[in-house]
Amino acid sequence: MSNFIIKADNLTRHYEVGGGLFKKPGTVKALDGASFTLEVGKTLAVVGESGCGKSTLARVVTMMEKATSGNLEILGKKAEPGLVEMRKAIQIVFQNPFGSLNPRHKIGKILEEPLQLNTTMSESERRKLAKNKMELVGLRPEHYERYPHMFSGGQRQRIAIARALMLNPKILVLDEPVSALDLSIQAQVLNLLTDLQDELGLAYLFISHDLSVVRHIADDLMVMYLGKVVERGSAKNLFNKPKHPYTAALMSATPSANPDKKKQRIMLTGELPSPLNPPGGCAFNPRCQHVTDKCIKQSPILQGKKDHQTACFNPLG
Amino acid sequence: MTYITETETKLKKTKRETRKRMLSEFWFYFSENRGAVIGLWIFLALVLIAILAPLIAPHAPNEQYRDALLVPPVWEEGGDWRFLLGTDPVGRDMLSRLIYGAQFSLFIGVVVVTLAVSGGVSIGLIAGYYRGAVDTIIMRIMDVILAFPSLLLALVLVAILGPGLLNAMIAIAIVLQPHFVRLTRASVMNEINREYVISAKVAGASPFYLMTRTILPNCLGPVTVQATLSFSNAILDAAALGFLGMGAQPPTPEWGTMLAEAREFILRAWWVVTFPGLAILITVLAINLMGDGLRDALDPKLKRS
Ligand SMILES: Nc1ncnc2c1ncn2[C@@H]1O[C@H](COP(=O)(O)OP(=O)(O)OP(=O)(O)O)[C@@H](O)[C@H]1O
Ligand SMILES: [Mg+2]
Repeated sequence: MSNFIIKADNLTRHYEVGGGLFKKPGTVKALDGASFTLEVGKTLAVVGESGCGKSTLARVVTMMEKATSGNLEILGKKAEPGLVEMRKAIQIVFQNPFGSLNPRHKIGKILEEPLQLNTTMSESERRKLAKNKMELVGLRPEHYERYPHMFSGGQRQRIAIARALMLNPKILVLDEPVSALDLSIQAQVLNLLTDLQDELGLAYLFISHDLSVVRHIADDLMVMYLGKVVERGSAKNLFNKPKHPYTAALMSATPSANPDKKKQRIMLTGELPSPLNPPGGCAFNPRCQHVTDKCIKQSPILQGKKDHQTACFNPLG
Repeated sequence: MTYITETETKLKKTKRETRKRMLSEFWFYFSENRGAVIGLWIFLALVLIAILAPLIAPHAPNEQYRDALLVPPVWEEGGDWRFLLGTDPVGRDMLSRLIYGAQFSLFIGVVVVTLAVSGGVSIGLIAGYYRGAVDTIIMRIMDVILAFPSLLLALVLVAILGPGLLNAMIAIAIVLQPHFVRLTRASVMNEINREYVISAKVAGASPFYLMTRTILPNCLGPVTVQATLSFSNAILDAAALGFLGMGAQPPTPEWGTMLAEAREFILRAWWVVTFPGLAILITVLAINLMGDGLRDALDPKLKRS
């Protein structure tokens, strides 16, 4: 039971937007009641279309923003941004490798900053650790004195990962860590991440909108739609037998690993509704092929066995 | 042991090399602009003249030659080889006064820009970082300052503080700093949502650390350009205040004050107004040209990296 390194219960995060002189402010439910757990050394992948609240989830889990309501436990204790130990345990890597490194700082300084801010290490100790982590992510020692603009996207992402590792965290939140990279480099960085996980026993919260990337790395999978979790379970179960029509549509849109298995492509029609005023009932109902009256009137809740839960009144299969 | 020293020296070498490379890259973009280079040389010459004034000026700036009032420049009829650019109405050597005047102009520029930049950048950082009510109050005050014609406001401030070079400099700095506030605020708002700032925040950086160490260095490009342009503005405004009798007081050989003193002789002795005016013109022009070049060299959008 205490194997859970993150335990989230009904996390919500609402934003007030557009309150002007003549307009009433609206509420964006960027994250609307997400519950999940992350186990030590495992990878939980979060997938969903753009704007479904994945980054918001990352910000709440890394304690950058306070949840509007709900419970978040990290390392068995209630999340509290003031706790240095807890803050050190959870670190984040961003999508954009060109924005995530301070352009005016050398790599050495970028890597040592977390130590400088959180520990009382001497300069030589910090330098040693930085070189250590650089080696770990496959950077060469002479890179220490260079500026970010001298590196390629893949190398920068390695630097960002090294920086996240400086404080020896237990959890890495990876917010689309490879989606800005070329395909061949994506594979390299993903391999690096798997190696690091084996070596350091890290738990990953891996955010992505690309299921073919997720397939390689995820132990568990969570599918989000407009701030809600619509399906959750082991990656194997979800990939083999998606139950929610939205998950099925996402899966069918990604090329399959074995071409023999004939798949019917399910097209998603319509746009993602505005999160400012989501449809009533099940948020997916305007785009769902299996929609019934119940879907429009009531909102389904997540239910099912522990390793495969779905929020749908008419689950597939 | 030897290994360590070896890597140390190697490190130092790469450090020196990267710095050299950055400098040469900067120079490459800067020197593409011919005017900027000319401006830079003129400015360096001015600095040199100001520093070496006691050595190169033929006379003391305030020494009055009673036998040589309003002597024209040497190439005019009645010129005197002792006074290359002629003398003013009380017999002081124009050339020497102009040379010493360079000291004042550069001094004014440096002091005013330092005051305006340090004040403006700190206020702008706070406004851009905290936003909300703090920002609104600060920006409304800056709008009020900007709504006045700058010289008029400087005049009012000097009238309150009392005439004199120091007060004039303070007044000009106050008038110039809203530009820095706006510029810094805009860049801060631009940078603050970038991932590197957020990741510093996640790493536990305090607001002060974020403002001064993380964000500020990335906002300095446009501020540097504005600072050069303000340098010339400061010189111009100080000359104007001097001319109106509110800045440096006679007999200080400040260029604007020199113009004011010579006002009544404009028609009889063209050189007493032309040379100080030219000095101001050339200085301001040189610095503005240099600022243009800096803008081109520091603007990442114009760079091919
Ligand atoms: N600070 C904020 N203020 C108001 N609304 C916000 C804020 N941050 C996010 N949102 C809204 O919350 C919703 C979810 O945003 P989020 O960035 O979490 O999406 P995402 O799933 O990460 O998308 P992407 O795949 O494009 O990164 C969006 O509709 C967004 O407009
Ligand atoms: Mg996102």
